[in-house]
Amino acid sequence: MATIKYTKEHEWVRVEGDIGTVGITDHAQQQLGDLVFIELPAIGKKVAQGDEAAVIESVKAASEVYAPIGGEVVEVNAALGDDPAKVNADAMGGGWFFKIRIANPKELDALLDEASYQDLVGESH
Amino acid sequence: MSAPAVTITGHRGLQHEEPLIFERDSPGMTGVDLPEPAPVNDRLGGLGRQGRIGLPGLSEPEVVRHYLRLSQKNYAIDAGMYPLGSCTMKHNPRLNEKMARLPGFAGVHPLQPVSTVQGALELIGATGHWLSVLTGMPAVAMSPAAGAHGELTGLMIIRAALEDRGDARKRVLVPESAHGTNPASAAACGYVVESIPANERGRVDLGALKAALGPDVAAFMLTNPNTCGLFESDIIEIAQAVHAAGAFFYCDGANFNAIVGRVRPADLGIDCMHINLHKTFSTPHGGGGPGSGPVVLSAALAPYAPVPYVVSDKNGFRLVESVEESDAKPFGRIKGFHGQVGMFVRALAYMMSLGSDGLRQVAEDAVLNANYLLASLKDTLSVPFEGPCMHEALFDDRFLKDTGVSTLDFAKAMIDEGFHPMTMYFPLVVHGALLMEPTETESKATLDTFIAMVRGLAERAKGGDADYFHGAPRLTPRRRLDETAAARNPILRWSPPAN
Amino acid sequence: MRYLPLTGDERRQMLATIGAKSVDDLFRDVPEAARLKDAVDLPPMSGEMEVDRALSAMAAKNLPATAAPSFLGAGAYRHFVPAAVDHLIQRGEFLTAYTPYQPEISQGTLQYLFEFQTQVALITGCEVANASMYDGATACAEAVMMAGRITKRNKAVMSGALHPHYRAVAATYARFLGMTLTTPQPDWTKSEDLAGLIDAETACVVVQNPDFFGRLADRKALADACHAVGALLIVVVTEVVSLGAIRSPGAMDADIVAAEGQSLGNALNFGGPTVGLMATRQKFVRQLPGRLVGQTTDVDGRRGFVLTLSTREQHIRRDKATSNICTNSGLCALAFTIHLTMLGEEGFTRMAAVNHANAVKLAERLAGLPGIKVVNDSFFNEFTVRLPKPAAGVVETLAGKGLFAGVPVSRLLPETPGAETLLLVAVTETNTDDDMDRLIDGLKEATR
Repeated sequence: MATIKYTKEHEWVRVEGDIGTVGITDHAQQQLGDLVFIELPAIGKKVAQGDEAAVIESVKAASEVYAPIGGEVVEVNAALGDDPAKVNADAMGGGWFFKIRIANPKELDALLDEASYQDLVGESH
Repeated sequence: MSAPAVTITGHRGLQHEEPLIFERDSPGMTGVDLPEPAPVNDRLGGLGRQGRIGLPGLSEPEVVRHYLRLSQKNYAIDAGMYPLGSCTMKHNPRLNEKMARLPGFAGVHPLQPVSTVQGALELIGATGHWLSVLTGMPAVAMSPAAGAHGELTGLMIIRAALEDRGDARKRVLVPESAHGTNPASAAACGYVVESIPANERGRVDLGALKAALGPDVAAFMLTNPNTCGLFESDIIEIAQAVHAAGAFFYCDGANFNAIVGRVRPADLGIDCMHINLHKTFSTPHGGGGPGSGPVVLSAALAPYAPVPYVVSDKNGFRLVESVEESDAKPFGRIKGFHGQVGMFVRALAYMMSLGSDGLRQVAEDAVLNANYLLASLKDTLSVPFEGPCMHEALFDDRFLKDTGVSTLDFAKAMIDEGFHPMTMYFPLVVHGALLMEPTETESKATLDTFIAMVRGLAERAKGGDADYFHGAPRLTPRRRLDETAAARNPILRWSPPAN
Repeated sequence: MRYLPLTGDERRQMLATIGAKSVDDLFRDVPEAARLKDAVDLPPMSGEMEVDRALSAMAAKNLPATAAPSFLGAGAYRHFVPAAVDHLIQRGEFLTAYTPYQPEISQGTLQYLFEFQTQVALITGCEVANASMYDGATACAEAVMMAGRITKRNKAVMSGALHPHYRAVAATYARFLGMTLTTPQPDWTKSEDLAGLIDAETACVVVQNPDFFGRLADRKALADACHAVGALLIVVVTEVVSLGAIRSPGAMDADIVAAEGQSLGNALNFGGPTVGLMATRQKFVRQLPGRLVGQTTDVDGRRGFVLTLSTREQHIRRDKATSNICTNSGLCALAFTIHLTMLGEEGFTRMAAVNHANAVKLAERLAGLPGIKVVNDSFFNEFTVRLPKPAAGVVETLAGKGLFAGVPVSRLLPETPGAETLLLVAVTETNTDDDMDRLIDGLKEATR
């Protein structure tokens, strides 16, 4: 069964084997509002944990999506290019950003689990 | 309220629906009668244009009507109060326009022999002199095209001065309340930008600033009065700390209107400051430019100012136009020709009209008007920082808590009341900010109407009528526009309809 | 004071409302030492009549190019502007509006900018254009930076026949951002081999058409050479009227066009303010600096316009913005678009044809003068002539007689050997046969 981990910057990563699927949380998409543009990383790009990996834009804001875990980008959700609204509709599912081949699974230990993330989001309200 | 009349034409009285010029095309028509070109053998080297460009043809009456109708869809300072904080929307005297259109200014070509442009060079010199005396700074770079361009120029001057003393520095410090142009300009000048937090009084956190200063800091950029409308009361100590670290003190002069004639930036320890002529000195905003952003400089920075600049001697005025012919150390050139000279005429006409005493009164009335708004609205709205304020009054959105009305909704309802909204969601250090800058050219009667309007709307919001705000504005040529659709699928030009 | 509506009584009432004893009380956060006790050392306020008199006297010390036969060009051109243009741009609703941040009450500004963007795209032959830049020189510099962002490379090749101010401004911007510019020595005798200077690190090549010396060239082969290595071609246009007669940069496959729009609608103004134009391909739009207006609909489904793609800009992106530019050149863009709308296809192409025909007539006459040589094979409305003596002196002499013969090349290229005797001569629809007679006679006499 897949594990989902979170960052304080509101990214999630779902780990299946050595592949992590990355997206932004439902809380994040709500805060940002309607997304209008998403810039995804190039396939083959190597990122370290915490590196800028993608850019998301709403009408009035732009922010970076950081890699929750280091590794090589092996797949991107190209459908987001034409339809960024997918992230608003289904942030935790069809609105995933990219998949990464995890270089060092130990890095996952630094991330939040579901309960801790919900605490974090609860606090910020 | 009865339903608005549905008309056959779509026009509503004085409000006309106006198509695009491309939809008014009458092929072959023109609004300019030109002579037949003389018959010659062309010298275009085989590069003549082929095919139509696609420009529409309209006669002069159609053109005049088109733009007049478009003008009627705009709010403007000529029409009413425009309390946009940090934008200084004051009255634009028409004398300034008349002076700028004198053929002796408007008709001068930038590359005429200098013997034929002595009046234009005198104008640049005189405008610079006024700015220099008002700021107490010995030198001024006149060529930047706008405020942000002036910021960039100021930082380039600082970097050139630092490099000249063999002291390459990497960082520029900017308060988190700063205008977005500050970090953008620093980045465009090749610097890494670091943000300095504000304290609970809405001023720079001096401790955090001192901790961030170090041998690799090139400059600290501060807006004063700051973007919360407050005077940085620790400014002398800030200047000392910045200088002790070997850095330069840059001031964003966007808010100079609050202190003109009463405080000289030089006396605050500032090394470099741009001035937005379209703010303090009343050159028109023109729907977004042209601006003009002269930069006043300390003696230490003066040699690095860009070309061109005007010098005068017993033979009159002349221009130093290239780095090669300069005996100072200009870092280069940042604009074609000599700067926004047409805007200098307007600014000089304004400064001469007000004079030293009138400009001092400008600052006093601007500050008085803002404090009057603050005092009259502080119980109705919510105030993040204690006054007195300077030329603008800052409120936050706590007064809208649990009403279901946002700052944006509140602003849109002001539009139906015949006022342009204040600046919203800026500065970023305050939640749901409402930043109001009345300027000195609003009468007490107008301010009283504005105050009554804001109080009435606040009562309405607190009374639970959120739908009223969500649907506003209702009385405008267009109602709320879908900005998400515009950004998701950008349509940036007209295209002929597909057949 | 006529601009200040508050009366003394009102000031006192307002201070009472505030609870302050005096205005000085409101300035109490200013450090004591920095408070000026008295007015600064400048003249006191003046009536409208006195200011008018003083500034009119200053203006009278100039001999404007519009009041004499003038062949001045080199990036600023005297054209005839119809009276309706200046009338319309002085409408208070245009003149005194701010940036259209509240689209519901700014549709006038937004719609004309949308029309402006379309016109600029059409005449440059590009897919999209922005809502304007400060001027042509800064537009050129921004285009180079934009090419750097798109290609993620930091070298640029600049034509030696690019306007020297444009080259200097681009060099300034590039220096502070760590880009390297390569420029061959200006050479008016032959065409440059710019393709030979391109390598795998080149972000862009910048050429001007017509170039600084007035020459025209087909840039398609250069565009191909750029694209072959992933570089971009930037074409600069300093005289937009040329686009009514010559092939557009877009038709030559340029990637970015940076142009000066002063020629349409705008006065000479001693060089500013003017209006920079910038156009490119749709796929590069997110790297385009400056404001953009887009079409959308309102809640009632009616077409309307808004500022869009603002996340590129400084007020949102701060240090990560595409540029620090905050304003456009709104009113100058308005003058440009009204003039071009009045001209239309018919008027714009005819205006260009008249400019060219006048220039050809003058070039032919000058070529017949002893000791004077027309350097150009091709040109639009401006060409370079070689005089038998230094051009600056000739120009000065003739200016003393109320005639502007042109721009000495040495004024803009002071360090270039061989440029001293070159004169740039621009001819527009404003030049009469009588102007040309006077120039011919003047040059004959001054070069004797």
